[in-house]
Amino acid sequence: MLKHPLAKPLFFIFCLLPLLWIVANAVFGDLGANPVETVTHQTGDWALRLLLLTLLLTPLKNWTGNPQWIRFRRMAGLFVYFYAFCHFSIWYLADHGLDVLSMLNDIKDRPYITLGFTAFVLLTPLALTSNRWMMKKLGKHWKSLHRLVYLILVLVIAHYLWLVKADYREPIVYALIGGLLLLLRLPVIRQNLLYKQGVS
Amino acid sequence: MIKIKQKSDLNESEVTPEAIYHKRREFLKYGSMLSSALILNTVSSRLQASVDVTGYKQGVITLDEELTPFKDSTRYNNFYEFGTDKSDPARNAKDFDTSNWSIEVSGACEKKGEFMLEDILQGMDIEERIYRLRCVEAWSMVIPWLGVPLGKVLQTFKPTSSAKYVAFETLHDPTRMPGQQRAVLDWPYVEGLRIDEAMHPLTLLAVGMYGKTMPNQNGAPVRLVIPWKYGFKSIKSIVRIKFTDREPPTTWNLSSPREYGFYSNVNPEVDHPRWSQARERRIGEFFKRETLMFNGYAEEVASLYSGMDLKKFY
Repeated sequence: MLKHPLAKPLFFIFCLLPLLWIVANAVFGDLGANPVETVTHQTGDWALRLLLLTLLLTPLKNWTGNPQWIRFRRMAGLFVYFYAFCHFSIWYLADHGLDVLSMLNDIKDRPYITLGFTAFVLLTPLALTSNRWMMKKLGKHWKSLHRLVYLILVLVIAHYLWLVKADYREPIVYALIGGLLLLLRLPVIRQNLLYKQGVS
Repeated sequence: MIKIKQKSDLNESEVTPEAIYHKRREFLKYGSMLSSALILNTVSSRLQASVDVTGYKQGVITLDEELTPFKDSTRYNNFYEFGTDKSDPARNAKDFDTSNWSIEVSGACEKKGEFMLEDILQGMDIEERIYRLRCVEAWSMVIPWLGVPLGKVLQTFKPTSSAKYVAFETLHDPTRMPGQQRAVLDWPYVEGLRIDEAMHPLTLLAVGMYGKTMPNQNGAPVRLVIPWKYGFKSIKSIVRIKFTDREPPTTWNLSSPREYGFYSNVNPEVDHPRWSQARERRIGEFFKRETLMFNGYAEEVASLYSGMDLKKFY
């Protein structure tokens, strides 16, 4: 199934659905009383959800012993960047009217924005080096560079937790999933969960 | 900017057919009040419909700014008693029953006891006042409230000289207010004002908006509206009022003392520790606009705080 020629196009459409949903609501329905806030929150949510999905693919490969899962990792990662870019852009446009100074002041003064913006900046080199040519060029450095994604995950979850007023339920669910995905990468745990061929 | 009409003022609008129609309704209101007073004597515990706001005095305080659509101000609410998402209250408060609402009055006053809401409002003119509402989360609305000046109501309880503050409490009933089943805040919700703030002519005890009784999700049947303070000071669904000699605890201050002060006056120069208060998004607008000192009511209320360090007393 993962090898099916339609698997990738379907996954592309799947990743595009949140955007289509937002656009459809904006055009045909409505985005609530505060559309700017709605779009900011939803694009942020989807950047985080797809980031968690991206980080789930390697553990899936390890459990199932099926390397095909990795075929989707680049696309998922690029969609994380896409939604993060939308999230950043709507904030820069609607909250700061494209005023660079006003934006920089906000980044400087508000810790939760500092974290979110840092995560976005760190995502940029990962998106730029996701193509085959850059992979070859960077060689073994590519892997170390892309380990930044773990730091990005921590930053993004802290960004979310920090802006909540009193109801922490949602960010805590993301934090637990994110924490679990990081735990699965600890060598001790990873070894035990590896798919072992021929062992019953 | 703000016009407070005097009773003696006679202007063009009062001779329009609309005003005549308005008076007609007032006549009906007084007529029905008389008859309901007669019935009340015999059947005091009968199921009372929500507050009657018909015949309110239109445009007592107006504002030259566009009203927030009713649709928006009734589906974008912070009312954690009915859920923490802004769309929750409209859904979860739909069947909230506010009939037979009473308020317990206690503390430093002569007339203590439990009073039916309609008795408290008896004989008072319900006024329409258009106020800006500025939420601490940096968004704002313009809402035509209906209510009576809180000071006028508080005077009827004859506060004594030791009444320096007034404390308010929201209903605590997790079966009727499902949001209270989770301890997101320390229930019941409590708020307070200094007595001069409570007595200020702008402070409103509101029972309706947009010409109708208060929608449940907006704090039915009775709430405060203090237009120069952040929205959370304007406590909803009030069941207790207490006059005290010391500053009463307030819910958001208990939840996060560094972020929400007792005063919580709208102040573009004093930021929330996590976000700026310099600008706000008016619901319905795309770009943010400047936040005004005391939410644009500085002329009326700044004197209440003269000599106070507003950075310290945030």
